[in-house]
Amino acid sequence: MAESITTLTNETFDEVIGSAELPVVVDFWAEWCGPCKMIAPILDEIAVEKAGVISVAKLNVDDAQDVALRYQVMSIPTLIVFKDGEPAKRIVGAKGKQQLLQEIGEVAF
Amino acid sequence: MTSSGQDIRNVIIVGSGPAGLTAAIYSARANLAPLVIEGEPSSTSDQPGGQLMLTTDVENYPGFPDGVMGPELMVKFREQAQRFGAEMLTEKVTRVDFSGPPHGVWVGDPTAPEPTHRAWAVIVSTGAQSLMLGLEAEEKLIGHGLSTCATCDGFFFRDQHIAVVGGGDSAMEEATFLTRFASKVTVIHRRDELRASKIMQDRAFANDRIEFLWNNMVTDIQGEEKLTGVEVQDTVTGETSLLDVTGLFIAIGHRPNTDLFEGQLKRKENGYLVTEPDSSCTEIEGVFACGDVQDDYYRQAVTAAGSGCMAAIDAERWLESAGHG
Repeated sequence: MAESITTLTNETFDEVIGSAELPVVVDFWAEWCGPCKMIAPILDEIAVEKAGVISVAKLNVDDAQDVALRYQVMSIPTLIVFKDGEPAKRIVGAKGKQQLLQEIGEVAF
Repeated sequence: MTSSGQDIRNVIIVGSGPAGLTAAIYSARANLAPLVIEGEPSSTSDQPGGQLMLTTDVENYPGFPDGVMGPELMVKFREQAQRFGAEMLTEKVTRVDFSGPPHGVWVGDPTAPEPTHRAWAVIVSTGAQSLMLGLEAEEKLIGHGLSTCATCDGFFFRDQHIAVVGGGDSAMEEATFLTRFASKVTVIHRRDELRASKIMQDRAFANDRIEFLWNNMVTDIQGEEKLTGVEVQDTVTGETSLLDVTGLFIAIGHRPNTDLFEGQLKRKENGYLVTEPDSSCTEIEGVFACGDVQDDYYRQAVTAAGSGCMAAIDAERWLESAGHG
């Protein structure tokens, strides 16, 4: 995992998302989800390539069920792009890098 | 070098399930330096690693007496292919030109005048993907209660009543797996008996959280923000009724990923590729097919792997006889 990626928990989520200056792409994932593992290296790359434009954070739904429930995540991987603390875009399901960049870019850059 | 300045490779393998990766292991060990175009991540079975990426315990793959997790098995296949020098490309093939040999393969822009890669031999192992119901509301509710991946999404249905549609092994596996979370799983099947293997049937019948809704088909799914119910129709009486569930998992079978080869490779009426009897050869010289893309009968990981081995050997012998490689 790239060093620039933050791990969010039930406790840190509000603070980190509320105070973020850049749009934050939150990856809702879990250890047991095959497609989540497939996109993890792509998110690492995006985090590096788009450093200074967006930030990328990961939220393990096993460890942070409250947050997953609050945002009604019912399928993983789900990516939610937060802008000014509010969800601006939701991407459900694993996708290729170009597709992810395009969908994140619709609201974030 | 060709006129476009590209190297012509010995072998390109399109697809990376058990068939494609076994073909990669064999052709890499034969020093053919294969390029595996493995596909792009997705939440359907049309993804690197193939259908096993969406399964949990694989109990019938030889060599694993205690079973193995599907995604873990595919990681091992991939590592084994890489160990012998197979090159992996995480992209999706967008176009092929089988008018060679050499044959052309495009990734990215399919309208580009020149293929991205060329090879004397191409091994097609694009597999099959889950069928959807074909309902209008499907796209809106996928990921919001409607799912094609029990292992990804089962977790979110703790203590809820959900349904699985289908009557084969995948449906039984999903239903059984989902009882880890759900309070009740209703299996909706359009006939009054299952297509699933005996062991999977017995396991489902013995599970008191699973109930069966026989002779019913899904005619609509309801809900705006998330799925709130499933409309079913009795195939005998024609009566419709509403099933009060919060989740629906689709396991109604597969279709082969052969759209890419339309007009270039011979397909059966059901879309599967045609290969010569007892071989992986297609009617195009230098193009071979293996795994579920050409198998509408056995469709097992181990048969896919076996046919991947056949394709690699067929390709190797053809390259030799044709004076390439």
